[in-house]
Amino acid sequence: MTRWAMVADLRRCVGCQTCTAACKHANATPPGVQWRRVIDMEFGEYPDVQRAFVPVGCQHCEDPPCMHVCPSTATRKRADGIVTIDYDLCIGCAYCAVACPYQARYKTDRPTFAYGRQSEHERQRHDDARIGVATKCTFCVDRIDSGLAQGLTPGVDPEATPACVNACIAQALAFGDTDDPGSNVSRLLAENQSFRMHEELGTGPGFHYLWDRKDGDEAPATP
Amino acid sequence: MSFGPNPWQQQSWDARAAGNFIGGGAGCGLLVFATLAGAEGSLRQTLLVLALLLVGTGLLCVWAEIGRPWRAVNVLFHPHTSWMSREALLAPLLMGCAAAALVWPQWQPLAALLAAAFLYCQARILHAARGIPAWREPLTVPLLVATGAAEGAGLYWLAAPAWGAGSTASWVGFGLLLLLRFGLGAAWYRRLVPVLRPAALSAVNRAGHGYNAGSLLPLALVVVVMAAPLPPWLAGLLQALAGGLALGGGVLFKFLLVTRAGFNQGFALPHLPVRGVRR
Repeated sequence: MTRWAMVADLRRCVGCQTCTAACKHANATPPGVQWRRVIDMEFGEYPDVQRAFVPVGCQHCEDPPCMHVCPSTATRKRADGIVTIDYDLCIGCAYCAVACPYQARYKTDRPTFAYGRQSEHERQRHDDARIGVATKCTFCVDRIDSGLAQGLTPGVDPEATPACVNACIAQALAFGDTDDPGSNVSRLLAENQSFRMHEELGTGPGFHYLWDRKDGDEAPATP
Repeated sequence: MSFGPNPWQQQSWDARAAGNFIGGGAGCGLLVFATLAGAEGSLRQTLLVLALLLVGTGLLCVWAEIGRPWRAVNVLFHPHTSWMSREALLAPLLMGCAAAALVWPQWQPLAALLAAAFLYCQARILHAARGIPAWREPLTVPLLVATGAAEGAGLYWLAAPAWGAGSTASWVGFGLLLLLRFGLGAAWYRRLVPVLRPAALSAVNRAGHGYNAGSLLPLALVVVVMAAPLPPWLAGLLQALAGGLALGGGVLFKFLLVTRAGFNQGFALPHLPVRGVRR
């Protein structure tokens, strides 16, 4: 089996938002819609302050709450773990948006443009099927499928890899098959300590966050 | 420990979605209570029409909210797991049975049963929204069912005195429903206190004031009407007032729960990244 997953190394992410920009470019999302965002967090009080940049988006859960609540079967999960939305089935009830614990879903009721009027670029990339329905990160599923058809390896070959991962300047983002013990992401998870967001909810996110190496003495738990 | 940015109020469902929970809950509660209270004659028909109007208005509200209203029929496609599909499947059965009961009273028990199922589906819809801690709390289900039932009972008592109807048993039943609603609300709140962040808890608190007032004030009136020897006109007035308060409290609570107290849980890091020297 294959389980596509994303790994974000929180030690490497510098919060440059290049992944966000790459995602917007690759997927032509309208203003205010960020399928890949990077949350800027600060902890502690001066002078003992820490900062973390946390890439977030659809976690492509093993047990996606959005899929269970979807009344139209527009949201589905593929055998490889990617959660998809059929824009032609979705009724735009936004139930999935309130069911998602990761605030990953968006609904745009009318076309919006970056500078008020529609630019030529926006006109070319406009997709009416996305208006009034739920949208979210697809893990660039079209790139993955097209790459696999060409014999490429997602997460290794850029043509078959999500745009955000390709664009990351710090190699903080990695993509691959966690069911393959030899994959890049499996190695990263084996060598580092990781967690998944809101693990207690039992959704089984396909998005792992690295926070420390595994060797040597472990860092203390968070303050 | 959580380090994420503060949770914020969900923006996906607004007053229109709340309208479905308000109309559907009160309408179904009314249908059930009117049936159990044994409403007869023109009172029965008036209450049935009112229940139909409320449920229908609620459905219209949610129809007005969806992004693709002309493919609304797709809502029926996923009854295997989606409580919204189940609610939508029950809606035509409920409306049909309630409409039939206007002419043939023998249909009313079935309509009441369907109304109870519809109300349960609505409660499960909120509970299944796992992105919203205040909604996904398990006690949300009995709380919303009790709220809808108490609103329905309130509507019944808002109308019944004008017909000179309403038995002692149904008055006591109304009081018990209010007590149940208040008790469930208090237990629900106690369970949320350690879970919610301050902003979310303060929004729940605001919703709770109306809820408590809408439960305790009419409950006091229930006791007063039962204990004090009041002239019938005054008793009827107090009964209608209690009904109105019970209805208002429930409506306000559901409106605020959806549109003001629907905070998500934000983002959380159980561990901070270790860079350089470990702390």
